[in-house]
Amino acid sequence: MKINVNGTDYTLDVPANTSLLDALRVNLHLTGSKYGCGEGACGACRVLIDGHATPSCITPLASVQDKFVVTIEGLEKEGQLHPVQQAFLDEDAFQCGYCCSGMIISAVALKTKNPRPTRQEIIEAMQGNICRCCVYPRIIKAVSKA
Amino acid sequence: MKNLGTKEASVEGINRRNFLKLLGGGIAVALTYTELNALSKQPGLFPPADDTIAAWIHILENGTVTVYTGKVEVGQNIRTSLSQAVAEELSLPVSSIELIMGDTLLTPYDRGTYGSLTTPAMGPKLRKAASSLREELANMAARQWNVGKQTVEVKNGQVIHTPSGKTVSFGDLTKGQKILLPVNDQVQLTPADKWSTAGTAVAKVNAKSFVSGKHKYVSDMTLPGMVYGKILRPPSYGASLLSADTGNAKISSGVTVVREDNFIGVTAPDPQTAANALARIEARWKTTPQPSRAEIFTYLKTHSENREKGAPEAIRAAWQAAPIQVQQHFEVQYIAHVPLEPRAALAVWENKKLTVWTGTQRPFGVQEELAEIFSIPKNNIRVMMPDTGSAYGGKHSGEAAVEAARLARATGKPVKVLWTREEEFKWAYFRPGGLIEVNAGAGKEGLLTSWEFHNYNSGGAGIEVPYEVAQRHIQYHPSDTPLKQGSYRGLAATANVFSIESVIDDLACQVKQDPLQFRLNNLKDERFKQVLEAAASKFGWKRQKETGRGYGIACAFVKNAYVATCAEVAYNKSNGQLQVLRLVVAFECGAIVNPLHLENQVMGCVLQGLGGALFEAVDFKDGRILNPSLFSYRVPRFGDIPELDILLLNRKDLPSSGAGEAPIVGVAPAIRNAIADVTGVKLHSLPLLPHGMTLKV
Ligand code: FES
Ligand code: FES
Repeated sequence: MKINVNGTDYTLDVPANTSLLDALRVNLHLTGSKYGCGEGACGACRVLIDGHATPSCITPLASVQDKFVVTIEGLEKEGQLHPVQQAFLDEDAFQCGYCCSGMIISAVALKTKNPRPTRQEIIEAMQGNICRCCVYPRIIKAVSKA
Repeated sequence: MKNLGTKEASVEGINRRNFLKLLGGGIAVALTYTELNALSKQPGLFPPADDTIAAWIHILENGTVTVYTGKVEVGQNIRTSLSQAVAEELSLPVSSIELIMGDTLLTPYDRGTYGSLTTPAMGPKLRKAASSLREELANMAARQWNVGKQTVEVKNGQVIHTPSGKTVSFGDLTKGQKILLPVNDQVQLTPADKWSTAGTAVAKVNAKSFVSGKHKYVSDMTLPGMVYGKILRPPSYGASLLSADTGNAKISSGVTVVREDNFIGVTAPDPQTAANALARIEARWKTTPQPSRAEIFTYLKTHSENREKGAPEAIRAAWQAAPIQVQQHFEVQYIAHVPLEPRAALAVWENKKLTVWTGTQRPFGVQEELAEIFSIPKNNIRVMMPDTGSAYGGKHSGEAAVEAARLARATGKPVKVLWTREEEFKWAYFRPGGLIEVNAGAGKEGLLTSWEFHNYNSGGAGIEVPYEVAQRHIQYHPSDTPLKQGSYRGLAATANVFSIESVIDDLACQVKQDPLQFRLNNLKDERFKQVLEAAASKFGWKRQKETGRGYGIACAFVKNAYVATCAEVAYNKSNGQLQVLRLVVAFECGAIVNPLHLENQVMGCVLQGLGGALFEAVDFKDGRILNPSLFSYRVPRFGDIPELDILLLNRKDLPSSGAGEAPIVGVAPAIRNAIADVTGVKLHSLPLLPHGMTLKV
């Protein structure tokens, strides 16, 4: 199977029912996208697929063959953090950090469509992302500031 | 391998004698358990032996400062706060301190990271050790220059002779030597009001690796030749294996099936193949009857060890005589920790030695568990714990480590075991459910006269009533739990404080007193009154309520910290809709080490507590968990978050205590009391609203 991740084309030989998440983590060693539930409920595995923040755990690898996938590792440009990453850093918007990649991906998708989201718009766009450490107010602050 | 001279660390416990062998060049200071216990006055940190080392700080000849502690980082940010403590006393920037944590080979023995003990115990201890180093470095420089000690100063990694401006680096001072210092008990710690690094909002030290996705959690780690392991699970608790046909599981050449008695697992080069192979195993099980959620509270009471309520007659008599009486029982459901990173372990055997990376709050505990299971000496086992995707008291055990080690031994390859979310829900452990029965009496003027309190199963933490009351009988009745249960943020304090603070409100309501005033009248402790008043004033407790709004308050003293919580809820009479609008939390845990991370801890604790307060509950029947997924077990999300104000009271004159637990306890009773205020309904179960945010009156 052929996929394009962070601007690079790859050909992978994997079992037919492999998820995009497993392909990224196991085959491409891009472990920034995390497993949290495997059923699209927590957002830890979110990646951008043609710009949409999508849970990669329930996305069959076969379904993204003609699409562009961007993971957390693809956000940095020339060693510079993406503004959303920088805002998370500035606001210390995490505790254990495990939700962080998925949160940032959702926020990047939102900000691209809507650069000045209201608090309510942020909440709606990120309702699919769980931070079990529950530092939600800080995350909201980081997303608004980014 | 860091700056130790040899790999031969004794995992039985590093002591002064064998420590010198480990030490590379430079200067180190080591703290023993005797010193730790004397310093922290914390019971329960049983030392393996008196002179066993509990932590040490090492300054290498090149000036690098490394701190070794068996504590672990799970998001509570002690990597940052402990660095701050050491940086403060050595007058160094935080960035020049490296912490080696939770590694059974490199770090000294530690019972585990739990119970909010790191800040009160390890923090001051490391500061004492760091100041001992500072003093000795100053002495060495003074001797070398032949000047008075009072003329030298330690700053920015060097010692300065103030009158002449002459400097010498730490490295040059200790060159060619191997110095091991005892802790100097006479050294002065920098008082909290003079702190320049400690006490400030230092950001998470390794934060960049998290926002860039580069941090390697155990679930992200790989080794050459590594395979993925999956374990066959029983269909329900108490089920035993009758027979298993593993013939179809070998779906490709890379698959290995491992069977050791009733343990059956598979390994494969990728996780999907391992899962596919596991699904082909056909097993037959014998199940046994198991209690279900519907009958759980009767079960816990009838299966408790000491069912007899040993209350003295005087308590009963005082209650009978009280003009104001409350008799109430409370039911608290089992809840799950749901650490966002499920259990994970990577294990490899080399020459009969086992190395395991796993996310656990007790790496040394896991090491002991592995030694016992595989019958090998502890010093043939190394357990390492990279900063982990949270725990909340839920990762004290080493299940994944044992499974990975078993599969690795059988296959002769490094094996990684990653639990699925479903496995984490079913095969980890829960915060205990519990039944609480209270009889409380007060006089007409609103002062408590009697208090009888029984807790079945949830535990003894936070069980003491903080109010003045002459007649009291408080009893915890351990019970036989049908679900595996264990530690959880705040332990039983959540259940106990929920019950205490609900009863207090109901008494206040009966004597027609303001619940805040009722509490203040019955409390003596000034620190208690301060948090209550701080929360109430920020909240606007005396403010006129809008129609359809209710206010609730609760307070507690847990793990040497004081918390007061106010809640405002909105109630729509016509459709029964309830909404938590606002929470105000005042928190006081002595001198604040890092206000930024303290706020993060309080925030996380309170909002996580919202789940257990409102909707989280583990559902089970016939030994099966009925809601083992994040769609069926609801945890707080962005949309659940009320407006939140956190007030941190900084008592620079008092020692610092931990903060990972206490703030959780006030959430449920404050909301419960606010709901009672606006609806008149006195709820007495946790979660309060298991069927959604509506209440029909
Ligand atoms: S792991 Fe994909 S949404 Fe949870
Ligand atoms: S920081 Fe731990 S899950 Fe969000």
